[in-house]
Amino acid sequence: MENSLDPALPLLEVRGISKSFGAVRALQEVDFTLRAGEIHALLGENGAGKSTLIKVVTGVFARDAGIVRLGGEEVAPRSAKAALQAGIATVYQEVNLLPNLSVAQNLFLDRQPMRFGIVREGEMRRRATALLADFGLDIDVAAPLGNYSVAIQHVTAIARAVDLSARVLILDEPTASLDRHEVEILFGIMRKLAGRGIGIVFVSHFLDQVYEISDRITALRNGRLVGERETASLPRLELIRMMLGRELAETTSARAATREHQAREVCASFENYGKAGYVAPFSLELRHGEVVGLAGLLGSGRTETARLVFGAERADRGQARVEGAAVRLQSPRDGVRHGFGYCPEERKTDGIVAELSVRENIVLALQAKRGLHRPLSRREQDEIARRYIKMLDIRPPDPERPVGLLSGGNQQKVLLARWLATSPRLLVLDEPTRGIDVGAHAEIIRLIRELCDDGLSLLVISSELDEIVTYSDRVVVLRDRAHVEELAGEAIDVGNILAAIAADGGGAAHEGHA
Amino acid sequence: MTALLPRRGLAQILALIVILAVDRLVSPQFFDLRLQDGRLFGSLIDVLNRGTPVALLSLGMVLVIATRGIDLSVGAVMAICGAIAASLADSHGLPIVLAAALGAGLVCGLWNGFLVAVLGMQPIVATLILMVAGRGIAQLITEGRIVTFSSPDLVWLGNGSVLGLPVPVVIALGMLLLTGAVVRGSALGLLIEATGGNARASELAGVGTRAMILSVYVWCGVCAALAGVIAAADIMGADANNSGLWLELDAILAVVIGGTSLFGGRFSLVLAVLGALIIQTMNTGILLSGYPPEFNLLVKAVVVLAVLLLQSPKFSGLAGIAARLRRTKA
Repeated sequence: MENSLDPALPLLEVRGISKSFGAVRALQEVDFTLRAGEIHALLGENGAGKSTLIKVVTGVFARDAGIVRLGGEEVAPRSAKAALQAGIATVYQEVNLLPNLSVAQNLFLDRQPMRFGIVREGEMRRRATALLADFGLDIDVAAPLGNYSVAIQHVTAIARAVDLSARVLILDEPTASLDRHEVEILFGIMRKLAGRGIGIVFVSHFLDQVYEISDRITALRNGRLVGERETASLPRLELIRMMLGRELAETTSARAATREHQAREVCASFENYGKAGYVAPFSLELRHGEVVGLAGLLGSGRTETARLVFGAERADRGQARVEGAAVRLQSPRDGVRHGFGYCPEERKTDGIVAELSVRENIVLALQAKRGLHRPLSRREQDEIARRYIKMLDIRPPDPERPVGLLSGGNQQKVLLARWLATSPRLLVLDEPTRGIDVGAHAEIIRLIRELCDDGLSLLVISSELDEIVTYSDRVVVLRDRAHVEELAGEAIDVGNILAAIAADGGGAAHEGHA
Repeated sequence: MTALLPRRGLAQILALIVILAVDRLVSPQFFDLRLQDGRLFGSLIDVLNRGTPVALLSLGMVLVIATRGIDLSVGAVMAICGAIAASLADSHGLPIVLAAALGAGLVCGLWNGFLVAVLGMQPIVATLILMVAGRGIAQLITEGRIVTFSSPDLVWLGNGSVLGLPVPVVIALGMLLLTGAVVRGSALGLLIEATGGNARASELAGVGTRAMILSVYVWCGVCAALAGVIAAADIMGADANNSGLWLELDAILAVVIGGTSLFGGRFSLVLAVLGALIIQTMNTGILLSGYPPEFNLLVKAVVVLAVLLLQSPKFSGLAGIAARLRRTKA
């Protein structure tokens, strides 16, 4: 492995990178510096800009502004392949190799050793075996890659990248589907490669692993750089604060202070509710006129809780009650029938029907609830669409426009309208303000408060702790797929939430899911 | 796309007019109609009559395609149901014959729907099973022979006339109205379009997407059964080998010409039927022109290509660039 670099010079230098998608600014003047031979963790919640940054650096996305220098020279790869040729290799969580080809073929795809136009299978296998031995793997390289575990597929992908003379190796959530032992093997390989002078970018949301393996940490939040720190001198609480909160402003809940804590009627309750391997059993009471916030890091079980509550996922234990009566929530239809609504985090894939009009998207849940035989007349549909377009200020105010043409914020409002039209008793909002512009952001928060004042019960997930603190009457904190703490009233502040998240949970949740 | 088609359906209507005009050129009597024994005759009536099976198939197919599915088995289902009708025609009354044939179509549809909606198979593979097996089933029913019949009731279904129009045309029109009434009169249309547009999102909005998918395959089976009965009644016999052969492709083509995307979502029943008529108008025109029928396939291929190009965003992108180049040159 050539390593002719002056160690004092940064290997990869990213300066002032900006990238927007429409009105959404995914990256704003982000800097990132990777030194040769270091393992550098890139951290941030969903939507913080990690993937966008990687894709800009590797040429998958064109950047709007900024420069990238590799070994002191400016590079501007136009594709992932060009980036690879320049020496920047990326291994994604979903390994981009061909499971039906052999390990050796995968390693030497596109550059097989040839003689007289014929692939030298023997030579290729010999070299593949030698290459993998270097990574501590002794496997049959003639067997299809798909026969091996995800961990070995990862190592193969890394070996291929390194053999293609990569100087920068970007590993995007490499440990998400590995067990503890496999993680150890991977970490061993990462240390070895770093020892050879390769710079490694490690993207992960497992903080224990970040502390175990990384030398340095860069945290992003909302498309901006929060800071770059030495791992050894960065307390965990401080790191979580960098990822989630602004400078700790001790914002206590505005609502909690102004509203009296009288006993409100329980709207829905969940006792010892959970699903094995999904989220640990929890008990939760949701009251009318109350906002319950769900806080926690990515992968802590927030979305899982939301999906169980709504009925999008079936619980295998526990009891759900609506207005005191025991109910079974087997499907979204059950949830809708009991007066629940759910705005999922992934608006585009799980929320809107892009091709259909704003009107049709708004009436969809109400129509599904009424059933086939009681169609809403066109006049009723127009009436409903007009009412919510006005109430939520959906722009442009054209009910017949395909909803896919609206901005993210307005799509979110359309989804809110879809559920409000069903007159729900409980609304579950998963990251309602993600990826929408500042103006719409404030409006959505205002709406959450208003809906609550109208007696609706709300369960809201957000990575924005300031936001959660502002509107929540109670906050449930999650860690490692379990509910670990419930804060109410005066106790709701960013500091307490961060402390609950950072409390050492033993770090046992490495296997299985991302 | 929207620039090319200012109003939905305009392109299809224009295409039909152009093809009709070409037909008029190759056959000067094309528009002639005469009344004989209380029934209209002429090339136009012929187009309607011959177009009936594909029009019926397209009524079911358009709903299936709207859910992002496809049904390759409709030709085979036609053969099965035609064989059943022909076998029973001389021994049972028309109601029983129809009930048996349509019932068989319904069962075929349920089978397809079960594979797709419940087992989650890819529609193209799931319906391929019945496409292959169905013709075998039909041959078992006819015992490998061409079953003929003389039941006047069933013959009337294929050759009779009502108010001067051939019975098959009246049936197809009736099915169009019935399907339209059911789909657009209830919430089915919206929920099918939502399911096809984004099944995950629709499911989360409380739409019973499985029920939607199951029901469209059932309806597709029933439409195919009706087409099979009419095809059998037309020739007074059932030919398990050839009845409905390749018609699934014409039906898919009709739906695509009618502007429904194979990616599901928005659909139009009327335009799908118009697509079937466009295909038949081409077929009849080529037949009348005296060119060998092989041309039929080529012309069809060209029309398909033209329609798909018009629907392709990349192509409209190219067309836009070409237009801009022309403008900058000028």
